[in-house]
Amino acid sequence: MLLSPYPTTTERIRVAALWIWCVLVLIFLVVPIFVPVPLSFNSGSFFTFPLAGISIRWYEVVLGTPRWRAAIGNSLLVGAGATVLATFLGTLTAIGLSDPKFPGRRFVVPLLISPLIVPVVVTAVGTYLFYARIGLANTYAGIILAHTVLASPFVVVTVGASLSGFDRNLMRATSILGAKPLTGFLRVMLPLILPGVLSGAAFAFVTSFDEVVVVQFLANAQQRTLPLEMFTGLREQLSPAITAAATLMMGLSILLLIVANLLGRRSRQSGSALAE
Amino acid sequence: MSSIAISGFKTRTIATDRSDSLRPLALAAPLLLLLAFSFGAPIVALLSRAVYEPTIANALPRTVAALRVDSARGVPGEPVFGAFAADLKEAQAAGAIYEFAKTLNTRLPGARSQVLRVARLAGQDRGVTKEAIIKAAPLLGEDQSWSAIRTGTNRFTSFFLLSAFDLRWTDQGTIGAVPAHQAVFTRVFGRTFLIATLVTLATLALAFPLAYVMTNVRPVIAGIVLVLVLLPFWTSILVRTAAWTVILQKYGLLNDLLLWLGVTSERLELMYSRTGLIIAMTHIQLPFTLLPIYSVMRAVQTSQLRAAQSLGARPFTVFRRVYLPQVMPGVLAGCLLTFILCLGYYITPVLIGGASDQLISNFIANYVNVELNWEMAAALSFVLLVSTLGLYVTMTRYLGLDLFKMG
Repeated sequence: MLLSPYPTTTERIRVAALWIWCVLVLIFLVVPIFVPVPLSFNSGSFFTFPLAGISIRWYEVVLGTPRWRAAIGNSLLVGAGATVLATFLGTLTAIGLSDPKFPGRRFVVPLLISPLIVPVVVTAVGTYLFYARIGLANTYAGIILAHTVLASPFVVVTVGASLSGFDRNLMRATSILGAKPLTGFLRVMLPLILPGVLSGAAFAFVTSFDEVVVVQFLANAQQRTLPLEMFTGLREQLSPAITAAATLMMGLSILLLIVANLLGRRSRQSGSALAE
Repeated sequence: MSSIAISGFKTRTIATDRSDSLRPLALAAPLLLLLAFSFGAPIVALLSRAVYEPTIANALPRTVAALRVDSARGVPGEPVFGAFAADLKEAQAAGAIYEFAKTLNTRLPGARSQVLRVARLAGQDRGVTKEAIIKAAPLLGEDQSWSAIRTGTNRFTSFFLLSAFDLRWTDQGTIGAVPAHQAVFTRVFGRTFLIATLVTLATLALAFPLAYVMTNVRPVIAGIVLVLVLLPFWTSILVRTAAWTVILQKYGLLNDLLLWLGVTSERLELMYSRTGLIIAMTHIQLPFTLLPIYSVMRAVQTSQLRAAQSLGARPFTVFRRVYLPQVMPGVLAGCLLTFILCLGYYITPVLIGGASDQLISNFIANYVNVELNWEMAAALSFVLLVSTLGLYVTMTRYLGLDLFKMG
């Protein structure tokens, strides 16, 4: 479609140049994120190609030493806490917002999204200052709450998207049939929007699992998470263990987000199928 | 629902109507409360530190009272010095002296050690005179020191916000520039905006042709390309920055490639350089610029382009007069989004930028972690936040870009 039916030579050259440019852009986009993967299996301790040999010694470092293991444990703990909270609160909020009678939506929606827009250092420094005053700094609860704030917009957005295909008459039908609102929610609405909720939860987990700036300010030495360990490692001394950690993090993020996207697609499909 | 007019139901219906708008709000309330507690309050608390600084006034109650009586401009008389010594003695006893000395030092560079010396002198309980104090702290014999102390005793202050723009109150009571060797922040803001602009333009140059091709190929290929775009988008900024620190090393992949292609004859220092930083930031921001452009391009009617062409317009004219105006909202939205996000970059400049490539966020973190100067961190946060939110409001109001519809 890029070429007209009877292309001239200059047109052919122009389109060829466009294609080459795009291929280069795609290479620039994709290749860098996979560079750490082969390096993480390097048996030498340098970041250079060709590899000295294949080994899993850097994975043994990341998965075997107490320091990295503690960091992975902390990441999973904080991630699980923030995911549960953000998914619960975000789903409730999205259900509220999907009601046409929601007051002041024009102002509330930008507010809900603002944690994504406010520079994360400002959020982190402010949270640290405020939490230190009320005794929440250096606590798991504090870190989980701060991550919940950062993750909640993703849940609101994904659940909101799956609710846009949800027919509200179904809820009226449940109440006419005598179901309490909670029963109607659990038996009718939740099963229909569940893919959206789970996809929001996956986004929330990834957000928390990747977050480093807030943790850097709020965590004490025992609460260091995997990204923070990586960040300090990158700052202080570059060890190939970091490429192994990066590969693990990337693998987990991509896996979860593929799941989230498949679920998200399914929820939109089931939503629109119902609407028809 | 309110059309039900059976008398027995009527009151109930009205009651439901009122709670109808309250119930959805109640569902959103828990998250809104959490945001107010864990996001709104912290930011307000931080920003208030930029304008509210009570340490000096709290430490010097007697001096404040004595200064009110003393009408002299510049160095005050003996009673003020007596009150000052008494205040310092009490601050010393209460353990507040170090915080006071540190705070005064931000306004009066060099004051910290001299104030501590006066406090020790006052603690010895021999009649401390003005002469003795000035001997221990020569700064206190200068007019400008006392004007700094006078403004410092005011709990509400514009000092830090002015400093964020390299401005200060002069002794004459006007606003003027700070001495050249203290002027850092306009340069840092300028650098932040410059790097954000360069990265935005770079992402646009890379994203626009790609988005154009994506809208003009078979859906299967477009789908594959979209996955390739989203793949880095889903990978965390930290992981991608880590990847770039590996690639940009002196003996890293990029230098290997450049040498192999013969572009350069020797290995470049790309780590801790602005070039490296811009390359990495461009890579990270590319999907943010591309996705809004792509979604707008997909909606353009190709029949209009063909119509323009059949009416005799040359390809460039079709592009400029018909295509570009239609995709402009997407281009602006994508660029603005990338620009906004670039202003707040922190991790990538720390890990890849050099000392002269640190952006405003890095200075904020540094003021908190190293200098322990919360007020300056707050003032810089204030300026950064206002620029970011101003652009965000512009984006949502005038361009109608809805983050809800992305991703």
